[in-house]
Amino acid sequence: MIKNRLTWKIGGKAGEGIMATGMIFSQSCSRGGLHVYDINEYPSLIKGGHNTLQVRVEDREIFSQVRDVNLLIALNKDTILLHKDELVDGGGIIYDSSEVIDDNEIRKNIKLYPIPFNNIIKEIGAQAIMKNNVALGASIALIDYDFGIVGEVIRDNFKRKGDKIIDENTRSARAGYDFVRKNFKNDFDFRLEKIGKSGRMLLTGNDAICMGAIRAGCKFYSAYPMTPASSILHFMAAQERRFNIVVKHTEDEISAINMAIGAGFTGVRAMCGTSGGGFCLMTEGYGLAGMLEVPIVVILSMRPGPSTGMPTWSEQGDLKFALNASQGDFPRPVLVPGDIEENFYLTQEAFNIAEKYQTPVIVLSDKNLAESHKTTEKFDERKITIDRGSFAAPGDLAASSDTTFFKRYKYTENGISPRTIPGMKKGIYTGASDEHDEEGNIREDADIRVKMMQKRGRKMIALSKELKEPELTGPNSADITIISAGSTKGPIIEAMILLEKDDIKVNFLQIVYLNPFPSEKVAKVIESTKRTVVVENNFSGQLADIIKEKTGRDVDKRILKYDGRPFYPEEILASIKEVAHG
Amino acid sequence: MVNMTFLNTIDKPNWCPGCGDFGILIALKGAIVELNIEPENIVLVSGIGCSGKLPHWIRTYGLHGIHGRALPVASAVKLANNELTVFAVGGDGDGYGIGMCHFIHAMRRNIDMTYIVHNNMIYGLTTGQTSPTSEKGMRTKSTPSGVIEVPVNPMALAISSGATFVARSFAGDVKHLQKTIVDAVKHRGFSLIDVFQPCVSYNHVNTYDWYKHRVYDLSTVGHDIADKMKAFTKSQEWGDKIPIGVFYKVLQPTYEDELPQIKDKPLVKHPIDNVDIGGLMDDFV
Repeated sequence: MIKNRLTWKIGGKAGEGIMATGMIFSQSCSRGGLHVYDINEYPSLIKGGHNTLQVRVEDREIFSQVRDVNLLIALNKDTILLHKDELVDGGGIIYDSSEVIDDNEIRKNIKLYPIPFNNIIKEIGAQAIMKNNVALGASIALIDYDFGIVGEVIRDNFKRKGDKIIDENTRSARAGYDFVRKNFKNDFDFRLEKIGKSGRMLLTGNDAICMGAIRAGCKFYSAYPMTPASSILHFMAAQERRFNIVVKHTEDEISAINMAIGAGFTGVRAMCGTSGGGFCLMTEGYGLAGMLEVPIVVILSMRPGPSTGMPTWSEQGDLKFALNASQGDFPRPVLVPGDIEENFYLTQEAFNIAEKYQTPVIVLSDKNLAESHKTTEKFDERKITIDRGSFAAPGDLAASSDTTFFKRYKYTENGISPRTIPGMKKGIYTGASDEHDEEGNIREDADIRVKMMQKRGRKMIALSKELKEPELTGPNSADITIISAGSTKGPIIEAMILLEKDDIKVNFLQIVYLNPFPSEKVAKVIESTKRTVVVENNFSGQLADIIKEKTGRDVDKRILKYDGRPFYPEEILASIKEVAHG
Repeated sequence: MVNMTFLNTIDKPNWCPGCGDFGILIALKGAIVELNIEPENIVLVSGIGCSGKLPHWIRTYGLHGIHGRALPVASAVKLANNELTVFAVGGDGDGYGIGMCHFIHAMRRNIDMTYIVHNNMIYGLTTGQTSPTSEKGMRTKSTPSGVIEVPVNPMALAISSGATFVARSFAGDVKHLQKTIVDAVKHRGFSLIDVFQPCVSYNHVNTYDWYKHRVYDLSTVGHDIADKMKAFTKSQEWGDKIPIGVFYKVLQPTYEDELPQIKDKPLVKHPIDNVDIGGLMDDFV
């Protein structure tokens, strides 16, 4: 019997309550003190198609999904056919006993648990749609988990829908639970047991981005719905009255970024969010913020491109796009969180960088990070500082001229000019998208152009001095150093845990700040290790190219995946072994 | 007290001599003085084109943005600080061409701001191509055989899209324009002023004289500005006689009125040093 190490997976048609059921399972495990990481897969449609939610549960912190599945809950036959080979030996399938299963199609060491869903539902007088809850309850009994916690979660989740709905859901789950207790008691080898109360949160990367923004004092969020950034819009809209934020679903992404600029110019912390296609529309506004030196934060949540691509899947194909968006040279800080905690802290930091350096800042995430849930300790608010940057001092304002504009773009050593906002007496200026002088007046003189480009450029130099260098995870010296950025962090850490059993010394350098790029540190690491590999969810190895551009050094191997799915640790493990023995 | 001298800038306008934009700038300054609004509490947002430079030549806060996007910027300025007086200015290409989508949506939001469109029925700064308001058949650099489309009708669009103050004026009649701007600013809600603005360099059809012989003020013919259908009828009038003045005016709740978040004070005055997210984190346990 294996306790508290399990992957549970539910599959069926969209509209059958796959995600809701899966969430109840994830939450029930989290509330029992266990660690959870879940990941969803779904096509871009509302009813039909094939949806899954895969929940990994352990009694230690876990960082990503794994390929192996222990228990498959198949709400239709497709789920069995599509996922049976992911099951480990001794794994099981819960399915509707009215489905005809060809025994030859399923490996002998897989356990089959046919459940008469329709009969059970009829017996308790519930609606047909309650099938998912019967299956959930059945799975809870098989793994011998505490049904009381499940009941509690159902109650909390359906609180707003009333007692009748809570009762129907709970009774359905209980009926499935009782059926398995009666017919398959102690038959399944993989079990879960609660280990106390956790106090941990169960949240997605997008949830963490929103919490980071709200904690940072974001007062304005504008967006047009686009997967996988839409849930940021939903979260912020749901919280706007609680935290006094204005959230605007705009007519398009062009409006979204220009509104953020208007709000940022006026002195509130402003953010907009989108995915690649929407960011294409935002790029002109992004450059405007750079030219006007207006602080804004842009959340760019990646999905596979080009064009519409695969709307509900994951990829890291926009690294170079983010670094080079919009015409001309200007400071373009790009932050790449690798996990849910980093989403929180880096979003918060992005606002500080945006205001301190008066420039747009991109937080680059992806669908994998945006929508997967992980049990996470409550964020440490003591780590938060609010740095609003340089505003014009009252003395400067009083001393400023009565006939000219305020020197909003004053040449300074670090390129950062004291800022004024509308309402400040004697701080009046007009920000220009045209090249301009210190007062914002349109100027095309060669010397002013050069000085102003250099002024804006110096901000990036100042920022690069402030940012923390990336740190190696694992031993200081290793046979192989993995370099990566973003959500690949989770599967890399898990692969390193698997590698501990092998005689291969591996460490990991996570790039958090893609721009300004930590060139010196990366060069040093590449120099001092035997072999360097990058792990990336894209076709060409964009990070490896950036490393080459910034350090002049090639990495030894590019481990790439671009099928819309995130890496499994097992895949990284296999590739690393190949490199080590190759 | 604000005065004309304070509003003057060191840089002088570089529009072509005789450009209708001068009349708009003078009327706008006159309106600000007449309304006695402190310049630090005014934000003028513009897009791109000859009109886009206007904020550089009047000493209030200004943001000279990108082509067609003045309205989203201006809307958010007002939402971020609803104590400010906000103007958006732009041309017919900026507002009715590339920015048309924002134009419609800004009006249906009814944010309290004033949008002044310098409508010269031509693209000036790009040296004379057709604009969305160019008349059918007009020969321009981009339509050497004549414009095939019919022009957009800004008044009709505004009346049907939710603007609550819809007016037209003429840059050749600064007094009329100044009064229209004053009325627009006093109106709580989205105000559109479409201004006939002769382009002396590239539009040789719709000249000062062309307008002078055609325009008449709606207030002189007993037009009922509260009547939406009559306003719509007037918006269809074009040819030998063209109406200017207020077409339609109605009081509706503004977008800001519907936001309890800014009922007590503007967004910009909310402290952000210590936002308490303890309860929010608890929601996720």
